[in-house]
Amino acid sequence: MIIDKVKKINGEEKNKQKNEKAADMMIGKWVKCDNCKEILYKEELHQNLSVCPNCGKHFRLSSRRRIKQIADEGTFQEIGKDIVTKDPLEFEGYLKKVESLREKTKIDEAVKCGTCEIEGEKAVLAVMDGNFLMGSMGSSVGERITLAIETAIEKKLPIIIFCVSGGARMQEGIVSLMQMAKTSAALAKLDEAGLLYISVLTDPTTGGVTASFASLGDIILAEPKALIGFAGPRVIEQTIKQKLPEGFQSSEFLLEHGFIDKIVERKDMKSTIAQLLRLHK
Amino acid sequence: MKTAWDRVQLARQLERPKALDYINNIFDEFIELHGDRKYADDKSIVGGIAKLDGKAVTIIGEQKGKNVKENMERNFGMPEPDGYRKALRLMKQAEKFNRPIITFIDTPGAYPGMGAEERGQGEAIARNLIEMSRLKVPIICTVIGEGSSGGALAIGVGDKIVMLENSVYSILSPEGFASILFKDSSKAKEAANSMKLTAKDLKKLNIIDKIIKEPDAGAQNDMKQVCGDLKQYFIKNIRELENLSSEELIENRYQKFRKM
Repeated sequence: MIIDKVKKINGEEKNKQKNEKAADMMIGKWVKCDNCKEILYKEELHQNLSVCPNCGKHFRLSSRRRIKQIADEGTFQEIGKDIVTKDPLEFEGYLKKVESLREKTKIDEAVKCGTCEIEGEKAVLAVMDGNFLMGSMGSSVGERITLAIETAIEKKLPIIIFCVSGGARMQEGIVSLMQMAKTSAALAKLDEAGLLYISVLTDPTTGGVTASFASLGDIILAEPKALIGFAGPRVIEQTIKQKLPEGFQSSEFLLEHGFIDKIVERKDMKSTIAQLLRLHK
Repeated sequence: MKTAWDRVQLARQLERPKALDYINNIFDEFIELHGDRKYADDKSIVGGIAKLDGKAVTIIGEQKGKNVKENMERNFGMPEPDGYRKALRLMKQAEKFNRPIITFIDTPGAYPGMGAEERGQGEAIARNLIEMSRLKVPIICTVIGEGSSGGALAIGVGDKIVMLENSVYSILSPEGFASILFKDSSKAKEAANSMKLTAKDLKKLNIIDKIIKEPDAGAQNDMKQVCGDLKQYFIKNIRELENLSSEELIENRYQKFRKM
């Protein structure tokens, strides 16, 4: 699976240097796993669901790839694509930045929502995208997610939200904060309607997203070794003036403390969700 | 004319009245209730029952101190999950006994510590947001000082949102905002002036419903007036909100946040 593994001849350090060089040399086609430092051929990595074949690290996924992995082929129909980014603070350079990001990444916002089928089961699917302003939640993200929840209520469908977020989007100020209340209120309605909500936490899920819809699933799944928390590790370290222990705020840590239901590897994610959907039919 | 940064300074003054000052001045027969029934009694949030205009109401407030000792005890008004869970317990109790809820917001943010994370700070805040959105009794939220981040919003979902003239309400402290967006926390003043965190800005953005006037140098200079105005506002609005059926009340609250 790993093409042209750099041979481990002279101990780890030398090997590491060599890997780094190789990474520099072949930018574009190759990528280095930042966990095990293995040099990976991008195509191979993508075929392996963007999971490192060497150490199992789950790379961050674009919403496009995630939807492809979860929804049955050709079933995803987008909701809320016409909801555009707003600029309530008239924050200097914000809309320009968003525009150039859009061009560069071909992503229009930090979440993509739609209806789809998963192993033939109909559902609403919302997938956040960390490549767009760190998956931060501003008014358009909040609006799209709320619309997705309302669609689930209207069509009596379960909803699955894949979370990845640095938190509320600073550039939209208080309006971003209010998206936490808005999305949570919509989930209250979904709950009253007796519909299933599966929340899937992926690396990283933090801040205002953790403190709203991410933590409100009837069932909460997480990918292995994702960073999940309210405050970011740096903020906590600055507050308590000491280093955090290894693995603090990881999926495994949350499972141990009772805040998530199950850790699911990416290769099993679709079948696990489908199984849960069937169990709630 | 005060700048946004001036208001941030006023909102943070040590001598500025805190939640308990308002509670003791506005309500009668306040009895404080403690604990979340799960883990702890977080002293950065106070809660209990009191009488307003002869009727029982439930009160929740984020409580800062007025000196170092008090602030240590109150954790500078930064709640841990246990505080939010205590608040929710008391709000559900209010629903059971059909009492309106009044909250007082005054926090630099939810506490970012190890224990807070271990006990689910994110979950605690999220739980309050979803539950407050569907409580069957009227809720009035009052920003009296510093309303910062999810730590403020966690007791801030209601039918009416009121702010004192010199209080501020924002996504994060200006220092945090500056360190994230300007990579320099010393630019807090500049940040404050661009964040739209004053009562006037937030009224214009339709985030809040009402501004309560303060004396120029801050509420502490005329508590009688400020508390009198607040009391009147609470009485009038609770009366109006109690005329609605619980379905109408919840639907209006939903639409209020839906538009934001």
